[in-house]
Amino acid sequence: MSKIPGALNLGLRRGVLEIKQFTRQRESVVFTLLFPLILLAIFGSVFKDTIAPGVTFSQYFVAGMVASGLVNSGFQQLAITIPMERDYGSLKRLRGTPMPVASYFIGKALLVFVSMILQVILLLAGGYFFFGLNMPTDISKWFTFTWLIILGTASSTVLGIAFSTVPKSGRGASAVVSPVVIVLQFFSGVFFIFTQLPSWMQQVAAIFPLKWLTQGMRSVFLPDSFAASEVAKSWETGRTFLILIIWLVVGFIISLRTFKWSRD
Amino acid sequence: MNVIEVRGLRKSYASLEAVRGINLSITKGEIFSLLGPNGAGKTTTVEILEGFRTRDAGEVKVLGFDPATQGRASREWRNRIGIVLQSTSDAGDLTVSETISHFSGYYSNPRNPEEVIAAVGLEDKSKDLIRNLSGGQRRRLDVALGIIGNPELLFLDEPTTGFDPEARRAFWSLIDGLRNDGTTIVLTTHYLDEAEALADRVAVINHGQIIEVSTPTQLGGRSTSKALVQWRDNGELKSQETENPTALVSTLTTQFSGEIPELSVTRPSLEDIYLKMIGRADE
Repeated sequence: MSKIPGALNLGLRRGVLEIKQFTRQRESVVFTLLFPLILLAIFGSVFKDTIAPGVTFSQYFVAGMVASGLVNSGFQQLAITIPMERDYGSLKRLRGTPMPVASYFIGKALLVFVSMILQVILLLAGGYFFFGLNMPTDISKWFTFTWLIILGTASSTVLGIAFSTVPKSGRGASAVVSPVVIVLQFFSGVFFIFTQLPSWMQQVAAIFPLKWLTQGMRSVFLPDSFAASEVAKSWETGRTFLILIIWLVVGFIISLRTFKWSRD
Repeated sequence: MNVIEVRGLRKSYASLEAVRGINLSITKGEIFSLLGPNGAGKTTTVEILEGFRTRDAGEVKVLGFDPATQGRASREWRNRIGIVLQSTSDAGDLTVSETISHFSGYYSNPRNPEEVIAAVGLEDKSKDLIRNLSGGQRRRLDVALGIIGNPELLFLDEPTTGFDPEARRAFWSLIDGLRNDGTTIVLTTHYLDEAEALADRVAVINHGQIIEVSTPTQLGGRSTSKALVQWRDNGELKSQETENPTALVSTLTTQFSGEIPELSVTRPSLEDIYLKMIGRADE
């Protein structure tokens, strides 16, 4: 008898399957991928001012939208769809097979990563062609961008899985999860200029990863001169990295400990 | 060695004692059916055997392995069993063939996906999205996913709910075929005719305990219980309960020249016996 397949191998297979399933839900694909672009169009048309020399609000806003995309396609999507899978009995069925939980997590992470990449490409292309978005030219900025996307995807995935035990049912999941995300977006300086928010909001936001992802993305999309306008008068790149790692590890431990295959 | 060995199994939920000391031995290659009303402890027992639930007390060995064990060894164990749960209701965005091929990748020694699709009679539907299948077809897909790993032991939970009579017959012959391949099968069902058609032995569970384990034909003294002989005499329908139906029929043969009008000899059905047992247990 041959050996049972390894967890990583099965995780990749699950990723392919998850992506296939995702692309077949056409309405949700269109909505998920185009929503950030629609928001950019709205905000870009309403706020036409420049907020610093050479920095339009659209430019500022794109950084927030890319960071939000990480939270939406990871945390929000998973915390809503996993309770549904649990209600449907799909998770219990998986539990009855030799597939390990790690493979399920890897599959979800791949799905989040791919939908994130598509979303970012659309957002940046749309921003570049229609809203005069300036792309970073410095290679080191693209390096920061890459690790922010990878770390952001990973932490957003594990936190989404961890939070998936909070909604009592798949039906109610969206009502529980969406407000959390929207409030976090307001607090984290996605829709408004972060430094103009009340300081208590800034302090609450600083606990959560979205604020750091947003600030990190600003360091990618805004000129370095803008760093002086941040709360700490710097991009705090090292601290951002550290905080994301901490959330990743904490989220991973919680999701492994609390993950439930069925509702009871 | 028995495929399943259970001694003194107990499980409570809050104040409810769902399983109160169950013993079971299931041997290799048999179809063993668990019968019992809702809330009797049937599902709890099976879910403990499947490793879905923890137990409070008792010894459980399934394929020589304690289902409560976690980790790597648990994966090796799950590689050898198949579980057909009550149906899932997911969005069904994959085709039959995609789903079955994907699940086959979870096992070390799977069956051929195409053969499994054919065995459950879904060849014509293999390229269809699951969301477009009928209830009975979805159920057959569930069964296909349960057997794709080529299991030594298969759990079937209410497998034919929602089947039309023809599909049930086809399903029964599929299960019969699995038994002939040496698969041990644990069947929970509400349909007593299904248990009668398939099971080598049945256990009746009520109030968290096993009332009796027997063959379907002998359960509850069925094979020795009185038979009902009916016939028509001078236009009048007559019936008589007897322990010796053969003697009665031969007496009748001498009374009538040729055919005895409307003669029938019936023994209580498995359902009659079962209902009596459940009723008695309720007292």
